[in-house]
Amino acid sequence: MASERMTGAEIVIKALVDLGVEVVFGYPGGAVLPIYDALFKQNRLRHILVRQEGGAVHAAEGYARSTGKIGVVLVTSGPGATNAVTGLTDALMDSVPVVCLTGQVPTHLIGNDAFQECDTTGITRPCTKHNYLVKDVQDLGKTLHEAFYVAGSGRPGPVVVDLPKDVQFAEGDYEAPQSAAHKTYKPRVKGDPSAIEQAVSLLASAKRPIVYAGGGVVNSGDKGSQLLTQFVRMTGYPCTLTLMGLGAYPASDNQFLGMLGMHGTYEANMAMHDSDVILCVGARFDDRVTGRLDAFAPDAKKIHIDIDPSSINKNVRVDIPIIGDVAHVLEDMVKIWKSKQHRADGKALDAWWDRITEWRAVNCLKFKQAGDIIKPQHAIRRLYEATKDRETYITTEVGQHQMWAAQHFPFDRPNHWMTSGGLGTMGYGLPAAVGVQLAHPDALVVDIAGEASTMMNIQELSTAMQYRAKIKVFILNNEYMGMVRQWQELLHGGRYSETYSEALPDFVKLAEAFGAVGLRAEKADQLDDVIAEMIACDNAVVADICVDPAENVFPMIPSGAAHNDMLLGPEDEKAKPVSEDGMVLV
Amino acid sequence: MENQEIETHTIAVLVDNEPGVLARVVGLFSGRGYNIESLTVSTVSEDKTVSRISIVTSGTPMIIEQIKAQLDRLVPVSAVHDLTEEGAYIEREVALIKVAAKGPERRESLRIADIFRARVADTTVDSFVFVVTGTQEKIDAFTELMRALGGVEVSRSGVVAIARGSEVL
Ligand SMILES: Cc1ncc(C[n+]2csc(CCOP(=O)(O)OP(=O)(O)O)c2C)c(N)n1
Ligand SMILES: [Mg+2]
Repeated sequence: MASERMTGAEIVIKALVDLGVEVVFGYPGGAVLPIYDALFKQNRLRHILVRQEGGAVHAAEGYARSTGKIGVVLVTSGPGATNAVTGLTDALMDSVPVVCLTGQVPTHLIGNDAFQECDTTGITRPCTKHNYLVKDVQDLGKTLHEAFYVAGSGRPGPVVVDLPKDVQFAEGDYEAPQSAAHKTYKPRVKGDPSAIEQAVSLLASAKRPIVYAGGGVVNSGDKGSQLLTQFVRMTGYPCTLTLMGLGAYPASDNQFLGMLGMHGTYEANMAMHDSDVILCVGARFDDRVTGRLDAFAPDAKKIHIDIDPSSINKNVRVDIPIIGDVAHVLEDMVKIWKSKQHRADGKALDAWWDRITEWRAVNCLKFKQAGDIIKPQHAIRRLYEATKDRETYITTEVGQHQMWAAQHFPFDRPNHWMTSGGLGTMGYGLPAAVGVQLAHPDALVVDIAGEASTMMNIQELSTAMQYRAKIKVFILNNEYMGMVRQWQELLHGGRYSETYSEALPDFVKLAEAFGAVGLRAEKADQLDDVIAEMIACDNAVVADICVDPAENVFPMIPSGAAHNDMLLGPEDEKAKPVSEDGMVLV
Repeated sequence: MENQEIETHTIAVLVDNEPGVLARVVGLFSGRGYNIESLTVSTVSEDKTVSRISIVTSGTPMIIEQIKAQLDRLVPVSAVHDLTEEGAYIEREVALIKVAAKGPERRESLRIADIFRARVADTTVDSFVFVVTGTQEKIDAFTELMRALGGVEVSRSGVVAIARGSEVL
C-alpha cells in the first residue's frame, strides 16, 4: 500500500478509522485543536463530549469492558491529561484496554513550563502499560498502531500517546502497517505443554479441588468463559469467581459457589481454605481475595494460569505456573483431560460436595426484609428479578452497594458486569454506564450506586442526556459513605468521622435539572413500582432508593484474618474483634 | 514458609534505546519499593539502538523473581538476565579516587595504590587521583584505606557485569 501525505491531525483520524475505532470519548482544549478540527471534517468517528476528562476514561472503560474492544479517549494537555490520571490508573489495575491521546504543547516549548504544559509521559508512566511522546509526525501513524497493539494484546491496559501541537499541524506520510509485531514486546499466549499436562494430572488426582477464576477469563474473550465453563462442568469441580470475574462462569449453575474474598460467600472461602488443589485462572491472588497470607489455603497445591508472568508468585507461591492466555491454556486442558480419559475421584468429590453443601446451608447472604425500611440487598434482588429477562448491563460505584450488587445480582455471561475492582474508584459507575449504553443503545444499563459516589461524577449525566444514553442510576441511598462507616463501626469504636453524607441534594430534582427523570422509593412497598417505572422510562433515570442506613455487608473477612475466620453477621462483630495487625491493613 | 533471606543479584537488562526507558526502569524500582544498590547504563549495539542496564539489587528470592518479571513486562525491554543465577560472571567497577595528602601520607597512598594496582591518573603537589578497577569490595577496601590518609573524594561508575563463556546476548 502506498503511503499518503497528510497532517498529523489527519493521521490521527485516519489511523483510528483504520484501527476500527467507532467512538472517541473526549474533551477539547488548545493543545488538541487541530485534531478537533480534523474530527469536524469527517464522519467516520463519533465523538462523545464528556463533562470532565475523568469521565471520558471511565466511559471508555465501560465501552471497552462491555464490548471487548479498545476504548479511546482524547483530551487536551495539562489539566486535560491530569484529569485523566485516575481513569488510567483504574484501567491499569483492572486490565482494561484503553488508548488515551493527550495534546501537548509544541515540541519547542516542552520543558518550558508553557501554558497548560505538564510532563504527561512522566506523570502517566507508572499508571499506564506504556506511553509515547510523538515528536516527529513521520512516527505518528506507526506509534498509534503500536499503541493499540500494546493496549489490546497480552494483559490489556491503558496506553497514552502524547501529541505535541506542532506534530498535529505538521505534514507527514501515513501508511497502515502490515503487521503488528513488536521488536521487544511479545506476549506469550500458548502455555507450556508439559506444565499444562502436569496441571491436568494434579487436578485429576485432587480430592478437594476448587477452580478460582478472575477477570483474566473475561479478558480472554467469550472463548475463555466457554472453555472455563466446559472444564468446570466436565470435571464436576466447584468454581468460585473474583469480583472482576463475575459472569465468567454462570452464576445460576449449581457448581458455582459465589464470589470469594473479603465479602465473598462462606462456602467459597471455606472451600478455598480447605481445598487440596486450587486451579487459579486469570486471577492474581489479590489481598482482597487471600485474606491473611500465611493462612491462605494451607493444604492446597496451586496451579496458576496467567498471561502476565509478574502475576505469578507475586503474593502466593504456586506449584505449577502456566504463562499463557486463559482460552489457549484451557483449550489444551480440556483436550488433555479428554484424551487421557481423566475422571474425577468420584468418592472424594462426593464427600467434598457434601461439605460444601453444609457450608451452603449457612445461607451466608441471608437478610431480613421486614417492615417499611428497604434493605439494600432486597432492592438489588428486586432489581434483578425485574431485569433478568432482558439484556442488562450493570456498572457500579464503590462501597457497600458495590459488594451487595456482587453478592445479590447474579450474572450468567461475561462482559455484563463493570465495576472498579483494583483501584476502587468512586465515580466510576456513572460514566462507565454512559460508555456501556453508547455501545449497546438498546440494552438496559444500570449503575448500582451509592449516594456519595454518585456525587463524584454526576456531571456525566449531562453527557448521557446529550447523546440520549438512557442510563439508570440506581442509588442505594443510605446517607452514609456506608463502606467507610462500616469499617469505623468495626475498627474505630463507632466514631463516624466525616462519613455522614451531609447536605445531600434532592436526587429527584437533581435528575430533573439535567433533563432526566427522578424517582424515589422511601418504603418497601414502593420499590417494585419505582423499579418498573425506571426500566420502562425512555430517558435517563436517577432512582433514589432510600435504604436502611445501618446495614453492613456480610459475610466479611476482616483485614488480617483467614478465610475460615469470617464474620457472618452483626452477632459476630463483637465476638471476633479485629486484630491489631489487621487494623493497619486497608 | 518462604525463604526470607536477602540475596544480592546482578541483573543485566537489554532495552530499546528510546527516551524515557531509564526512567521506566528506575521508576519501577522506586514505585514498587525495590532496592537499587548500583545501576549503570550505556548503549552497547553498533547502531546505538540497544542499551544495556546493569543493576545490582537485593531482596528475598520471591522479590528478586518479581523484579525480573516486572522488568521483563516493560514494553521496551527485550531481555532480562539474572547473572547471579545463570552461572559464572565477571563483575567490575571503576572508581576515580582523589586523595589530598602531603608528606608521609602522600607516599603511603602511593604504596597502597600499588598493592591495589590502582594507577595514578592525575597528580598535583598535594593530591593524587587514582583509577582503580575491580569488584565493589575491592574498591570499598581501597577507599577505606585512603580515607585514613587525608581528604578523599570518590566517583564510582557502578557495576558492569557479563557472563563467562562463549554465549553472546
Ligand atoms: C475516589 C475515592 N475516594 C475515596 C474512596 C474511599 N471510599 C470507599 S467506599 C466509600 C464510601 C462510598 O459511599 P457511597 O457511594 O454512599 O456507597 P455506600 O458504601 O454507602 O454504599 C469511600 C469514601 C474511594 N473508594 N474512592
Ligand atoms: Mg452511601
